[in-house]
Amino acid sequence: MEEHQEAGKEIKPSSTLVDLQGDSSLQVEISDAVSERDKVKFTVQTKSCLPHFAQTEFSVVRQHEEFIWLHDAYVENEEYAGLIIPPAPPRPDFEASREKLQKLGEGDSSITREEFAKMKQELEAEYLAIFKKTVAMHEVFLQRLAAHPTLRRDHNFFVFLEYGQDLSVRGKNRKELLGGFLRNIVKSADEALITGMSGLKEVDDFFEHERTFLLEYHTRIRDACLRADRVMCSHKCLADDYIPISAALSSLGTQEVNQLKTSFLKLAELFERLRKLEGRVASDEDLKLSDMLRYYMRDSQAAKDLLYRRLRALADYENANKALDRARTRNREVQPAESHQQLCCQRFERLSDSAKQELMDFKSRRVSSFRKNLIELAELELKHAKASTLLLRNTLVALKGEP
Amino acid sequence: MAAEREPPPLGDGKPTDFEELEDGEDLFTSTVSTLESSPSSPEPASLPAEDISANSNGPKPAEVVLDDDREDLFAEATEEVSLDSPEREPILSSEPSPAITPVTPTALIAPRIESKSMSAPVIFDRSREEIEEEANGDIFDIEIGVSDPEKVGDGMNAYMAYRVTTKTSLSMFSKSEFSVKRRFSDFLGLHSKLASKYLHVGYIVPPAPEKSIVGMTKVKVGKEDSSSTEFVEKRRAALERYLQRTVKHPILLQDPDLRQFLESSELPRAVNTQALSGAGILRMVNKAADAVNKMTIKMNESDAWFEEKQQQFENLDQQLRKLHASVEALVCHRKELSANTAAFAKSAAMLELLSDYIRLIAAVKGVFDHRMKCWQKWEDAQITLLKKRETEAKMTVANKPDKIQQAKNEIREEIEEWEAKVQQGERDFEQISKTIRKEVGRFEKERVKDFKTVIIKYLESLVQTQQQLIKYWEAFLPEAKAIA
Repeated sequence: MEEHQEAGKEIKPSSTLVDLQGDSSLQVEISDAVSERDKVKFTVQTKSCLPHFAQTEFSVVRQHEEFIWLHDAYVENEEYAGLIIPPAPPRPDFEASREKLQKLGEGDSSITREEFAKMKQELEAEYLAIFKKTVAMHEVFLQRLAAHPTLRRDHNFFVFLEYGQDLSVRGKNRKELLGGFLRNIVKSADEALITGMSGLKEVDDFFEHERTFLLEYHTRIRDACLRADRVMCSHKCLADDYIPISAALSSLGTQEVNQLKTSFLKLAELFERLRKLEGRVASDEDLKLSDMLRYYMRDSQAAKDLLYRRLRALADYENANKALDRARTRNREVQPAESHQQLCCQRFERLSDSAKQELMDFKSRRVSSFRKNLIELAELELKHAKASTLLLRNTLVALKGEP
Repeated sequence: MAAEREPPPLGDGKPTDFEELEDGEDLFTSTVSTLESSPSSPEPASLPAEDISANSNGPKPAEVVLDDDREDLFAEATEEVSLDSPEREPILSSEPSPAITPVTPTALIAPRIESKSMSAPVIFDRSREEIEEEANGDIFDIEIGVSDPEKVGDGMNAYMAYRVTTKTSLSMFSKSEFSVKRRFSDFLGLHSKLASKYLHVGYIVPPAPEKSIVGMTKVKVGKEDSSSTEFVEKRRAALERYLQRTVKHPILLQDPDLRQFLESSELPRAVNTQALSGAGILRMVNKAADAVNKMTIKMNESDAWFEEKQQQFENLDQQLRKLHASVEALVCHRKELSANTAAFAKSAAMLELLSDYIRLIAAVKGVFDHRMKCWQKWEDAQITLLKKRETEAKMTVANKPDKIQQAKNEIREEIEEWEAKVQQGERDFEQISKTIRKEVGRFEKERVKDFKTVIIKYLESLVQTQQQLIKYWEAFLPEAKAIA
């Protein structure tokens, strides 16, 4: 597999996905990334004036699994139960484009050399795009952590950023994966159970509303994400289709001896340019629309998790109440029951408060990001449509002008 | 040998040629009757009708090398006819010598059970000037539309009936506007009749749309979904294009079968077009035999023009196939895209044209093949003649009495017969070559026009699509800005 050196300086898509308050006391970025065979190595660079760190600027090399470890550490930490944990970056996946590259290499002899070169170019560009995207995702994850007033102070985070050596986090082995899977099932069953419980009343309208909204939203956004993906794929395929068409037309053109010759050649050129345009449309759509949808899908999942935790806390609280009542009637072990109940109550209230804050943040974040991306998408689409209209018109004039 | 031939009327007076042709009409009708009695002579024939219109393109004076060098030709079997030698045509039709038996082509194909509805004399109802005028191409006043597909019948015996509407000011039609109902197998029947009559003479007969068992079954079964309506629509468009191409051809336009197809309300059912009929299987066998034949004939192509053209068509065929495949992929993806974004797919139109042209080129190739067959027959005839002459010579050398004299006479007769056949073969070959050249020229012109129009249409529709896209996105933009 080839190695791709990435100068990460140009990659600043984080601002399109997440509106971060410009807090400069801790700045994290991925300055470099290298792809080696199966793994991608990210160079995480930190600039900070916080007293905690030994230096003001330092960098370490991290792999994907270490990011996941960090994420899990946050999730499992009870203290952050009331916060929306930024979703973990997705695994870097080059399978699809690797396969395509391979198929092209074996390829059939019916495609000409120019065609082959063009397709290879396209595939390489695709590979590069995926690579850039995965770097961006990882960066956004870190940057959100750094921006969050509570999360950034986590010890694990510091370790992650600073510890020079390999964190020796092995990827989850099968047992752990299975465990994680089971835990998910248990969680959703639990959730269903809690919501079904008759005694549990949502005391706060706000949360009730948020819950229904989030559930609905999550499913809708997942659908939209899938469809946007499909649209983008079709656009890409369309752009790729133009390659053989253009090649066939130009060979037809060189072969013809009559007036059709120039027409064909012009057409070939047209299709070539159209292809580039369509390709750009596809990638724009990809960036602005699909990525955003995907990100918010994951984010809304995280928000849902938060709600679940709160609900769980509420259930615990209720249970503690009941236990206390029971203890009081029996007049035994009242003290521990009472303190337990106190604990649950505190926990619940704490969770509710922070959850409220978080959810409102989430909402505003989401709205502004959607707005920005959609505006940009519309503007880009307009630009492309106008460009292709111009192109087509010119070719039409040229074609009609000939005898 | 030369004395036995009538000298061909090489005149400069072109009108005289035409008058002779009019005599040829009678010849024609008389041969129709002789035809019934002698159905099995497998010679390629030439229809005088074609000569009429071919001549109307301005016959130019030219030398006819052939007749003088007949003997040389027999020896060398090379052809040196120049392209412009229309004088040949009158010879064919006006020579009433018994050696020539112009046979109408329907008899040629013994296994094909075409209906003998060919009313030959009807062709000559029109005066020469009309024919000339119309054949000159630009004044085509005939418009054909295929519309209103409706399902007739039920279950597996159901079929789609299409309305074929003709609007014309040509006088050969009895009315100026009329329409009839036809089904798909009628179209196929028309095509096979036209092909059997004209292909072997060298005309490029436009191919009919293809059968599709899957598509038809879906329609028959009555699925009212979008794929079956799409199929019917595609078929309708293809049939319309087929008819338009056919009537554009000046020769085919005058064919009585075509007219009957367009005009008469009842058409004898063309059963031979069914996919699984006896005739269908016979056709397949013939096709296979043809393919084998093609491989074994090694033609001594003496005419560079033909070689070049054939090569050209081979290349063109390949290219078009590739382009067709790519555009098909494009159509597929656009369909996906449109399913996902609710836009439209316009590249289907391009596709249609491309597949049409691929089949047209196959028809062109078929015409070239016929020419090859013609040549082969000619060769065979020559060889047989040579053999007979040898036998004769041997006999004279052997020098035996009476019995030999009789045998010699027989041989003599046979030799005469074969000589005639050779001549005929030669003439036919030249005829077909000439016709092919003209046809190819016309075909090329048509092709250029066709492609241009479709390409322009396609691009214009793309422009339209883009403009609509622009409209939509512009409407969306303020809404996006208003998100709060």
